[in-house]
Amino acid sequence: MTELIKYTAAQTAAAVAAGEVSAVEVAQAHLDRIEAVDKKVNAFLHVDTEGALKAARAVDDRRARGEELGPLAGVPLALKDVFTTEGVPTTCGSKILEGWIPPYDATLTARLKDAGVVILGKTNMDEFAMGSSTENSAYGPTGNPWDLARIPGGSGGGSAAALAAYEAPLAIGTDTGGSIRQPGAVTGTVGVKPTYGSVSRFGLVAFSSSLDQGGPCARTVLDAALLHEAIAGHDPLDSTSIDAPVPAVVEAARMRDIRGMRIGVVKEFAGEGYQAGVMQRFNESVELLRELGAEVVEVSCPSFTLALPAYYLIAPSEASSNLARFDAMRYGLRVGDDGSRSAEEVTALTREAGFGPEVKRRIMLGTYALSSGYYDAYYGSAQKVRTLISRDFDAAFAGVDVLVSPTTPTTAFPIGERADDPMAMYLADLCTIPSNLAGNAAMSLPCGLAPEDNLPVGLQIIAPAMADDRLYRVGGAVEAALNEKWGHPLLEEAPAL
Amino acid sequence: MPGITREEVAHLARLSRLELQAEELDHFAEQLDVIIGAVARVSEVAGQDVPPTSHPLPLTNVMRADEVRPSLTPEQALSGAPASEEQRFRVPQILGED
Repeated sequence: MTELIKYTAAQTAAAVAAGEVSAVEVAQAHLDRIEAVDKKVNAFLHVDTEGALKAARAVDDRRARGEELGPLAGVPLALKDVFTTEGVPTTCGSKILEGWIPPYDATLTARLKDAGVVILGKTNMDEFAMGSSTENSAYGPTGNPWDLARIPGGSGGGSAAALAAYEAPLAIGTDTGGSIRQPGAVTGTVGVKPTYGSVSRFGLVAFSSSLDQGGPCARTVLDAALLHEAIAGHDPLDSTSIDAPVPAVVEAARMRDIRGMRIGVVKEFAGEGYQAGVMQRFNESVELLRELGAEVVEVSCPSFTLALPAYYLIAPSEASSNLARFDAMRYGLRVGDDGSRSAEEVTALTREAGFGPEVKRRIMLGTYALSSGYYDAYYGSAQKVRTLISRDFDAAFAGVDVLVSPTTPTTAFPIGERADDPMAMYLADLCTIPSNLAGNAAMSLPCGLAPEDNLPVGLQIIAPAMADDRLYRVGGAVEAALNEKWGHPLLEEAPAL
Repeated sequence: MPGITREEVAHLARLSRLELQAEELDHFAEQLDVIIGAVARVSEVAGQDVPPTSHPLPLTNVMRADEVRPSLTPEQALSGAPASEEQRFRVPQILGED
């Protein structure tokens, strides 16, 4: 059993295809692991034991009939609770959706099922994906498997923790300002935000529609690539979906050769607020890139210093509009409907009872930024900053193939430390936000433990839009070199649960 | 940029359809004031002649063929409704008495 849960997704799929193990055995091993450790970790909001075993049996049946299985058939996955799943609860970490059972699958969910992926359940998250610690979940925080008293990042802390706790070899996250990459960084796992528009948002409960992007989470770069290929591609049900071929990410992950690549170090992602051990591991990674044959140069992106303020105007503005749909009329919670109150009063009472503090803060902040008299100064200026950031990226990518930076300024902080200090919490996304504003592609992968606290540090790689394959080419090479240096994957150093 | 007052937060809460408690108003007023003070830095670029970006993709209207396709049944569409009646969402009173 211990063996099966430590398999990579690629190994699992190969073993299932070869008949060395059944998909049901694989699913059961992970369900047993969840049963054994998830009371401590709290990565899952809902475990779909029956659905998982049924999906696994279907894969075994297909194999028995001699059908060709896809590259992820029989591989278990933890799905962030922000994608709709037909017949399976979807809460987005919010009380306002407690008990809601969607009548349809998100396109991403349907693609996973078509690929024979076994969905184990739905993972914990900051309410409506607003947060960097998973403490904003209405269903309690998730613990970081490296130290259960620390945050696993957010908003996709449940998905990242499930990987690090060996509860699943694959997971899905969504990244609006860093919600895939930052949890990946602080849990020692791999997380990718694909190019905006390359993974369908149909059935992804909207937070900030011009920024939200679903993407793969895994323990290895190759596994992330396999999942990336399974979920990406044009979807007529999402009008912002890009109608172009998916970059060859699996092939890139297998290359392990970055000789001749030009890599830029973003000057602005350093200095005050960056933990010494994070910078140490990052600088070692830059040196490694040189040793592997890449040409490394320093680049400046001066507008990035305005990315955080622009993001905290744009994302709440879009959220204030998107979350207006939670009106207590068509689905979800309804409070105070005693026959004496108007629909508007019932809506306000329901939203007061159903939303947590961070969601309320952001709805009001967005409403403020969009209100007449403030619109030009706030939302209008933030949109200009967005243009300037895209121009900085364009200028940088004219000279280099990818950019690198630390994924987060610090390692995982203790649960509770920033819970009531929104500005301190927002700083966790300092390095990840520019890619969301520009819509390009970015990855975080583990690059060591910070010496002062023995907690994982993430290396961020950023590529131009629709050049996602470059992330995997660089990430695959770095991962292989580091594993060779360490003698094992970083996650092996995590304490037993 | 001016700070934000408790009265303004109460107004925002009404616009946002949030029936905030008194203590929440105090707490949010304090926090929103800090956040707005920090994000106001974007106005540095207000005077610059830069076009705004609302979306990362240069998309215009995306159309699909106007064809009848399978969709949710009324039962499925109403399955999450807090209240329903005769294949419709049942909602509290929307218009006033007079």
